[in-house]
Amino acid sequence: MITLVARPAPSRFWAWATPVLAVLATMIAGGVLFAILGKDPVEAIRVIFWDPLFGANAGYFRGQLFIKAGPLILIAAGLAVGFRAGIWNIGAEGQYIVGALCGASVALAAYPAESVLVFPAMVLAGALGGWAWGMIPALLKTRFGASEILVSLMLVYVAQNLLAWAAFGPLKNPQGFGFPGSRNLQQYPSAHNADLVAGSGIHWGVMAGFAALIGTYVLMSRHIAGFRIQIAGDAPKAARFAGVAPARLVAFCLGLSGALAGLAGMFEVAGPSGQITDSFGAGYGFTAIIVAFLGRLNPIGILLAGLLMALTYIGGDMAQLMLQLPAAAIQVFQGMLLFFLLGLDLLTNYTVKWGWARA
Amino acid sequence: MGMGAGMILGGIDLVALAAMLMVASTPILLAATGELIAEKAGVLNLGVEGMMIMGAIGGFAGAVLSGSPEVGFVTGAISGALMALLFGFLTQVLLSNQVATGLALTLFGLGLSALIGKGFEGVRPPATGKIDLGALADLPVLGPILFRHDWVVYFSIALVVAVWLFLHLSRSGLILRAVGENHEAAHALGYRVVAVRLGALAFGGAAAGLGGAYLSLVRVPQWTEGMTAGAGWIALAIVVFGSWRAERVLLGAYLFGGVTVLQLRLQAAGYAIPVQLLSMAPYVITIVALVIISARHRHGAQAAPAALGRIFHASR
Amino acid sequence: MNRRSFLTTTAITATVLSLGLGGAALAQEPLKVAFMYVGPVGDMGWSFQHDQGRQAVDAAYGGRVATSYVENVPEGPDAERVLTQMALAGNKLIFATSFGYMDAVMNVAAKFPDVRFEHATGYKRADNVSTYDARFYEGRAVIGTIAGRMTKTNKIGYIGSFPIPEVVQGINSAFIHARKVNPAVEMKVVWAYTWFDPAKEADAAAALIAEGVDVLMQHTDSTAPQAKAQEAGIYTFGQASDMGAFAPTPRISSIIDNWGPYYVARVGAMLDGSWASTGSWEGIGAGAVGIGEISSAVPAEVKAEAETLAAAIGAGTYHPFTGPLNKQDGTPWLAAGEVADDGALSGLNFFVEGISAQMPQ
Repeated sequence: MITLVARPAPSRFWAWATPVLAVLATMIAGGVLFAILGKDPVEAIRVIFWDPLFGANAGYFRGQLFIKAGPLILIAAGLAVGFRAGIWNIGAEGQYIVGALCGASVALAAYPAESVLVFPAMVLAGALGGWAWGMIPALLKTRFGASEILVSLMLVYVAQNLLAWAAFGPLKNPQGFGFPGSRNLQQYPSAHNADLVAGSGIHWGVMAGFAALIGTYVLMSRHIAGFRIQIAGDAPKAARFAGVAPARLVAFCLGLSGALAGLAGMFEVAGPSGQITDSFGAGYGFTAIIVAFLGRLNPIGILLAGLLMALTYIGGDMAQLMLQLPAAAIQVFQGMLLFFLLGLDLLTNYTVKWGWARA
Repeated sequence: MGMGAGMILGGIDLVALAAMLMVASTPILLAATGELIAEKAGVLNLGVEGMMIMGAIGGFAGAVLSGSPEVGFVTGAISGALMALLFGFLTQVLLSNQVATGLALTLFGLGLSALIGKGFEGVRPPATGKIDLGALADLPVLGPILFRHDWVVYFSIALVVAVWLFLHLSRSGLILRAVGENHEAAHALGYRVVAVRLGALAFGGAAAGLGGAYLSLVRVPQWTEGMTAGAGWIALAIVVFGSWRAERVLLGAYLFGGVTVLQLRLQAAGYAIPVQLLSMAPYVITIVALVIISARHRHGAQAAPAALGRIFHASR
Repeated sequence: MNRRSFLTTTAITATVLSLGLGGAALAQEPLKVAFMYVGPVGDMGWSFQHDQGRQAVDAAYGGRVATSYVENVPEGPDAERVLTQMALAGNKLIFATSFGYMDAVMNVAAKFPDVRFEHATGYKRADNVSTYDARFYEGRAVIGTIAGRMTKTNKIGYIGSFPIPEVVQGINSAFIHARKVNPAVEMKVVWAYTWFDPAKEADAAAALIAEGVDVLMQHTDSTAPQAKAQEAGIYTFGQASDMGAFAPTPRISSIIDNWGPYYVARVGAMLDGSWASTGSWEGIGAGAVGIGEISSAVPAEVKAEAETLAAAIGAGTYHPFTGPLNKQDGTPWLAAGEVADDGALSGLNFFVEGISAQMPQ
């Protein structure tokens, strides 16, 4: 029988060692899966984890890593703050979409005028759009007590319908022969969120992701608001005595995570994606929830988790192409990686002892 | 459809609509009822979509291989329960974060179901028959609404009733709620928190699996990758909507299913309402209904089990 | 490997390859062809049919060609990355099989002038980018004819996915030909706003059935409407794939996406060096649109009528959009004998006169 004994403080060694152990365990379990599917397991693992980073053409794929991880990191940074306070924004996907719609609307309204003001205005609109979409659940929670989990999730579907409406209606490219989808902002210099160094994959959205990580780190560790957020999450009743106004906290957390998700959507539509289409929302808002928890709600953790998730997507697509692994096998592989990462994290906070005890 | 003029409103036959909404709501009702029990025990399992899709393929494979839809529903429920126990092992034994583990479970289930389903594409499952309720089915109004369905529809309602009775009248239900409200206290009283939670999770997974099997065996009926198309997420939302009460979960599932069916009916009848507005309607109306319920019962926000999503570790 | 730009790497790769072009290496190396799908190959609809086309290429050329595919690729930056991956991996011909890949194809094609790209259902072309599409509306004319003959209630239901030209062409074509054989026919339209969501498609079918339709058409990919129709005892048509599991009723025929002939022809053109950028829009005649077996539930004379129409369209002697036709609001569109040109058709965004449903806007 196994007994778990809580460590007095999380182990620093295991905090770094468990992710490595988890990746190794995934390689073994994944290798078995790939072998069952009739593929060379060593080659499959190499294609997924090694080739995008160090293989031929790695210069291109390293940039793609940032493009894929950028929105995940930016959204997760905001979500982590709310999750620490026990405020459950499940609807970042909706805030991401609305941010993109607002940012793109500003650009398309200004088109074809070239001005240095266009891009800042888009940034502002994207953040405001995401903020406003996040403030709906905040307001309904503080005014009526409606659960932010349900409202934020339902608003994802509303946002997806808005997106379809915009892509087929008001934002449709007038020169698109009746096909859905907006103009491509990559071809509108004032609005284009291009790589800051061509081919690096680092655009303003990735920079914003880094800035958000630093900003939320400072907020949580150096600022009184961070302290309030922390105790609100750990001990909601004690928080009231410490003078935390729950309504303001809810508004702050949902507003912040909404604004950052909105920014992520705006940078995506102005850069890598380029277009408002009905399929613009590709699930970044949901994956970012995984990234936030995988990173233990901590900035460095989120950065690494975002890059790791991005690597499995890019490597997974490569494995499909090079080895003809089905996409489903890649999904199973990603699921296993997450299970190992989450399950083995136990070693950070507990020591495992063999012995008899009542469970 | 001659049900009498009184039942037709604005060109829409309300009797047919009510019958349709019962069928449309059944998968999410089953999954939501299961999730209700898991959450009442204090576990937040966001992997409902993953359990449903595994139930869909597990049920489909079982029915096709055995030739019996009943066997299929059993294997579907088992598939969902196994997924839930995987989640239970990670969150209850290895004490992993429930939100992230649930999302990972969905990813894993979508992938695994697609791998298993590779040989089952384009196959037709054995038919699930309707229950012959004889004279009841011929009753005016009530007959077509209530008494012309397959057994799973009745089973889903019976399950809601059973869950209500279990939670409110049985001693085991009391223990389950105690575990969900305050696991330390329940542990101190000598209840086996982890065992109770694993049981609740398995039930939740089995119910979600049944919901998935209903999709692949009755509603579609065929196996296709990703066929749950988000139904598991709606089931999760319905539990919150129902403020963790069985009777309100039933109401929520039927409200959501009803508005979904109604918006398509309004389109079919040629009403000049913008389609995008209609498509948003189920979600917006769910929010509005929740706001009204929450505003009337200010404690609505506190209706969540107090230990929901919190990690339990018995230190002594 | 040092961090160097992939373009340099590519340039080197390209040089190496072009040096090899004159030698014997080319004759032995199989031609690498890649396909990018928006859904899973197991979707039994759009992506499944494209993969059937890929398999037809394998069957036609055997060892001379090596095909591969990547499924479930979202439109946007992921598509651009996967296309780049395909080009870097040495594929010389790449099929991108969703409209939303258009700008990604153009971007990547500009970086790899030696690689040929084929984009399905789009309208942007370049020296190394072709477009191709199928005239699904030709098939809709045939099944519209059957529907018009088979309906007893004179109400036909149509489940639309999104209001894009391809779907609007299909609704108009089906309606025109149903009414041609049955002037009392009405058409009810429900927009599902999805290509694939079985539960929603089942509900849409039920809604149309409650409205009294007894023949149902769909432009969405799941078989859920077939099951609903079977329960209600009405007729349907297979969509994208044959859906033969539901024959002889409710499925009385089908409209099949058949990409194989085009893929085989284009890969053949690569092999003999005759590939050139084109915009292909083929229909029944070239085999791009197939009419599935018309089941025993359809009377022989109706079956014969449908087959005659299909033959006339295939031979090019009849065009489904031939005047006189008015727009929905009664304004003239095509004069008697006038045929719609491809430009007008490819951007079609209105219903013809007689359809009462509203066009979403």
